[in-house]
Amino acid sequence: MKKFSLKAKRLNRSVGGDVGINLLLIIFGLFMFLPMVYAISQSLKPLDELWMFPPRFIVRNPSLKNFSDLFLLMSTSWVPFSRYIFNTAFVSIVGTFGHLFFASLAAYALTKINFPGRKWMFQLIYYSLMFHATVSALANFITMSFLGWIDTYWALIVPAFASTLGLYLMRQFMDSSVPEAVLESARLDGASEMKIYWTIVMPMVKPAWLTLIVYSFQGLWNSGSSIYIYSEELKTFNYAIQQILAGGIVRSGAAAASTVIMMIVPITIFVITQSNIIETMASSGMKD
Amino acid sequence: MSEMAAEKKKQAAPKLRGDMTKWEWTLKEMKVNRIGYFMVAPFFLIFIVFTVIPVLVSLVLSFTSFNMLEMPKFLFMDNYIRLLLDDDIFLIACKNTLVFATMTGPVSYLLCLLFAWFINELTPRFRAIITLIFYAPSISGQVYLIWQVLFSSDQYGYFNGLLMRLGIINTPILWFQDTDYIMTLVIIVSLWTSLGTSFLAFIAGFQVVDKVYYEAAAVDGIKNRWQELWFITLPMMRNQMMFAAIMSITGSFGFGAVVTALCGFPSLDYSAHTIMHHLEDYGSMRWEVGYASAIATILFVIMIGANLIVNHLLSKVGK
Repeated sequence: MKKFSLKAKRLNRSVGGDVGINLLLIIFGLFMFLPMVYAISQSLKPLDELWMFPPRFIVRNPSLKNFSDLFLLMSTSWVPFSRYIFNTAFVSIVGTFGHLFFASLAAYALTKINFPGRKWMFQLIYYSLMFHATVSALANFITMSFLGWIDTYWALIVPAFASTLGLYLMRQFMDSSVPEAVLESARLDGASEMKIYWTIVMPMVKPAWLTLIVYSFQGLWNSGSSIYIYSEELKTFNYAIQQILAGGIVRSGAAAASTVIMMIVPITIFVITQSNIIETMASSGMKD
Repeated sequence: MSEMAAEKKKQAAPKLRGDMTKWEWTLKEMKVNRIGYFMVAPFFLIFIVFTVIPVLVSLVLSFTSFNMLEMPKFLFMDNYIRLLLDDDIFLIACKNTLVFATMTGPVSYLLCLLFAWFINELTPRFRAIITLIFYAPSISGQVYLIWQVLFSSDQYGYFNGLLMRLGIINTPILWFQDTDYIMTLVIIVSLWTSLGTSFLAFIAGFQVVDKVYYEAAAVDGIKNRWQELWFITLPMMRNQMMFAAIMSITGSFGFGAVVTALCGFPSLDYSAHTIMHHLEDYGSMRWEVGYASAIATILFVIMIGANLIVNHLLSKVGK
């Protein structure tokens, strides 16, 4: 037994296998990483380098001119650019926090309150993970026009409240990390379910709600043109960026800069929350 | 092992209720726990309005002819017959979807599993960095457009420039406008963006397995890392595998936007046309809502079917 504990890390590991695995990791890592590097490199290239033959992978004389061009373009757009940013921020923040509140409330009830029907409710959520939203997009348009929500923020925000992946992850996490005993003693003390949910359970599931925030925010941040919105003043930052990208050769510098701006935000958020997200995913398994 | 006991308890609970199917008992439970209904109500109301009802509405509309202006006309199976027998482009779309879905579904799933396994061997600091590198493309919005720059159809595109400088080609290749390359390129780009939620689920799954089992397994005669993976690790993370499978399969049907962004819509000769594009074409461009609903319904059935089959297969891993 002592022999094993000394060599615990190297158990069943051949040198050849280690070399092979690391080689594959390096090759595929480069495949994943180099396009990102190229995206950043492009954004720092001055115009003459963007249109140079043969093209270079790494920028020679990095400059921030593309970024300043982008801001100049933004400041001259017909709808003030701050409006697009406000739209994205408003939709992302309201959508994300609404989702966090409704999903965790429902997850708490589904996990910890034994009401009839909760089993098939969760089953419904589970099946809803199995199809992509494209299926319901068209019928949703009918619903939206029926509700009179076409061309309002609601069309973007309210459906995001009920993202089922969030509820699913939250429920699984509560199921595995909130012990029943804590809730029982709180109930004996006469605490209401709402109070237990808010003051006891929510602080215990911090990794899960960080994950929900990240997922919901990513989805809303990256949502571009929507079939529900046609007023220019209600469109999102991502849509405006797409318009710049569509602007052709003259704008390729600004387009490269905007791509970098769009990717920096979600990546930064993930770096900060990585360990929490992994912790949430650890309980994500389907338990049947 | 306490987890297993808890699981057993959970499985036993509905049986108990099954024994006592007295209406009064259920009513009593409903009354005692009525706060539960209030707590799930906001979420489920929105969920039903924007997810359940649309699916049902599509199903109903798929049997009609409807253009959003006049009342729907009942056609029964006409839409489906037209789709399967008269619509050649739909058949191309089916074929392409199948190719895409296999590549970005199962292939991406195996890649997620494999790389999560490799990454698990690293020290925690490296693990975090490499995870970020593999995961980043899937969350970076439209950064996949960089592939359009890399494979740009003029000599300033990186690959054309490289190949021309090496003397392999003389004139630039129109990568995304050439039916020989479109599918391959789009599949590469889709794979590049596909290490998402399922990848993270695997990363987490590997970390959950207790090291003690590996030591015990070594004593029991497990000889190499492949045996360890197959006999110990995979059975222990079967739950993560199912979740990851659902994420991969559902994701593999959602690549329409990537294709449109890279090859335009419709793509040349419909060479990268998928069921999603067909749906978009008839739904939000021609407003043949009834016909589009039939496409949506078929897509829905394919997705649910694929998931149920895969879930069934995965439940047998290590058993």
